[in-house]
Amino acid sequence: MPDMRLLIIEDDREASAYLSKAFREAGHVADTADDGLDGYALAREGAYDVLVVDRMLPKLDGLSLIRSLREQGVETPVLILSALGQVDDRVKGLKAGGDDYLPKPYAFSELMARIEVLARRRGGGGGTETTSYRVGDLELDRLSHRVTRAGQEIPLQPREFRLLEYLMRHAGQVVTRTMLLEHVWDYHFDPQTNVIDVHVSRLRSKVDKGFERPMIHTVRGAGYMVRAGGEA
Amino acid sequence: MSARHAATGPAGGAPSGAAPDGLLARLGTLFRTTAFKLSLAYLLVFAAFAFFALGYVAWNARRVLDDQIVSTIEAEINGLSDQYASGGIRRLVSVVERRSREPGASLYLVTTPAGEHVVGNVESLPPGTLAEPGQTETAYSRVGDGDRLDHRAIVRIFTLPGGFRLLVGRDVEERDRLRAVIGRAFAWSLMLVVGLGFLGSWFIAQRVLKRVDHMTEITRGIMAGDLDGRLALAGTGDELDRLASNLNAMLDRIGELMRGMREVSDNIAHDLKTPLTRLRNKADAALRDGRDPDALRAALEANIEESDNLIRVFNALLMIARLEAGNAREGLADFDAGAVALEVAELYEAVAEERGIAVTAEVEDGLVLHGSRELIGQAVANLIDNALKYGAKAAEAKAAGAVAAETGTAGAGAPDLTVSVSARREGGDVVLIVADRGEGIPASDRGRVLERFVRLETARTRPGFGLGLSLVNAVARLHQGSFALEDNAPGLRAVLRLPALRDAAA
Repeated sequence: MPDMRLLIIEDDREASAYLSKAFREAGHVADTADDGLDGYALAREGAYDVLVVDRMLPKLDGLSLIRSLREQGVETPVLILSALGQVDDRVKGLKAGGDDYLPKPYAFSELMARIEVLARRRGGGGGTETTSYRVGDLELDRLSHRVTRAGQEIPLQPREFRLLEYLMRHAGQVVTRTMLLEHVWDYHFDPQTNVIDVHVSRLRSKVDKGFERPMIHTVRGAGYMVRAGGEA
Repeated sequence: MSARHAATGPAGGAPSGAAPDGLLARLGTLFRTTAFKLSLAYLLVFAAFAFFALGYVAWNARRVLDDQIVSTIEAEINGLSDQYASGGIRRLVSVVERRSREPGASLYLVTTPAGEHVVGNVESLPPGTLAEPGQTETAYSRVGDGDRLDHRAIVRIFTLPGGFRLLVGRDVEERDRLRAVIGRAFAWSLMLVVGLGFLGSWFIAQRVLKRVDHMTEITRGIMAGDLDGRLALAGTGDELDRLASNLNAMLDRIGELMRGMREVSDNIAHDLKTPLTRLRNKADAALRDGRDPDALRAALEANIEESDNLIRVFNALLMIARLEAGNAREGLADFDAGAVALEVAELYEAVAEERGIAVTAEVEDGLVLHGSRELIGQAVANLIDNALKYGAKAAEAKAAGAVAAETGTAGAGAPDLTVSVSARREGGDVVLIVADRGEGIPASDRGRVLERFVRLETARTRPGFGLGLSLVNAVARLHQGSFALEDNAPGLRAVLRLPALRDAAA
């Protein structure tokens, strides 16, 4: 998703500068705020696609800021950045109205992938869930749990189906390994081994085997992407 | 104690001036003790009770005595009235005269209508006494004693036909003496009750104060840094003993946590310095001889990877510390532990299969726990990860040839490359077991590997930080469960035992 307008609310100026530089290099517009009150004011009036909010901020802490925005009817997606990475911290963050939670430190590619998903959710008329996805000649029917490629049915295990479903819902976007673990398995811990990679390569062997153009692409240093055409 | 009070006071100079200050302070402390106040309250209640009890006795005794006197007078009057009836005034006078000479407490007096003394042993009465017939208590003087009215009597006065007056009475000196005795006894016993009570309160307060002072002194020492100090128990099992033993238990727990913290910081210092140094040296080396952009890039990437590993270690350490401190209780919910075991087994199944290891899962239904699904999931993941990493290692090495040749056809002599995950109910517990058929862990090392950063020699060559099992242990403790490593003969059985939610089957 090109040309997003992002607001970074972060009191660590170095981190803030690093992020806004990286966002600009990726072709987006990024504003910054140093404290919770400034951030709140900017977030209320500016038309941002995604807010990146640090949890611990001077003047108004991150969670209160998000709560206040939600009370004011500001529905801009929020990604919370936090040095606190424990399970209950995440729960608190999401309860306050955050849409995603990323513990520090993070890889920029992880952050970018998550922001794109949030922005897309907002842009692509979030509420109405489609009953089927189609990418190129690959089709997935969520109701009948059938996957076909070029009209030919591909039998999948339930977990493989959910994996493909998540990848296809975010077709054209980078999906990271942790995002897959979170959304397909509903766990947030760090598996430390390449467990997710093996699941994806199994799925790939079923979906892409025998076809000239692969659907599931590996994005180096970031994750995976389902996209029609192109090289592997 | 008092010396200390004096020393902290502003007096400073002569100890003779400081001592009373110290004593006063000491008394103040004593009077403020709960024991003293309570004893004083009891004392008041007892004193009031004694006062009423003794008062009742005294009052009753007096009434009995008075009744006795009145009935004696009554009997005399009956006798005299008989004499009068049979012999008139003369007879009465002669009888009175005779009786008046008899020794005793009885009093008689017959006067003319004008009040002049006719006969009797009463010399004088307060003026006007004879004018009012009936019974009364009055002062009087006996014949020969003069006009000093220094005796008291209960008397009855009649007016006889012809205006003569007859007085019959009894001295009450006996009664008054008895009353005085009772009164003195009354006062003494009250004084005794109050005095003894006061002393008792003092003694009890002193005793309690001494023990509390002792506690204060020790806790002060502990606050000053002597963390091994413990309160002495009197062995009486009273409330102070209970308090002391609870405080001791608290101190033990604090000490345990402190030792844990110290251990963690020691370990961090030791085990994290090594990778940090490695990180630094790599960067240094790349900087010195790196003209080639690709080599620099590779070095930077390696550094990022190394940093990520360090961050992982930090996260794991913080998580363990947090779990052990027991303050990760937020966000706990009811969940099916069996489902978690299945999910995680399935998550690792693919990666295991790639290495030629089978993961089997055997799970009972309805194993509901109250706790953190995430943490239990992570614990099971750590156990499976361990089993894949170490458990299958020996078997894997032996089987390497066979696996490379042909997977899926395990011959009769082929080593067992299975990691089995099972979840079942045992009594009130949910038991999660991850077992492998590898070389296992020697019994002597099984306790040690649960500690942070402990890695056995055989594991040194493998990736990891020696925190996985510590985390599982901490998760078990957070859920009031236990974690143990057992012999799977051959292999290792990791057993996570967690209290099940009651009525989970319903």
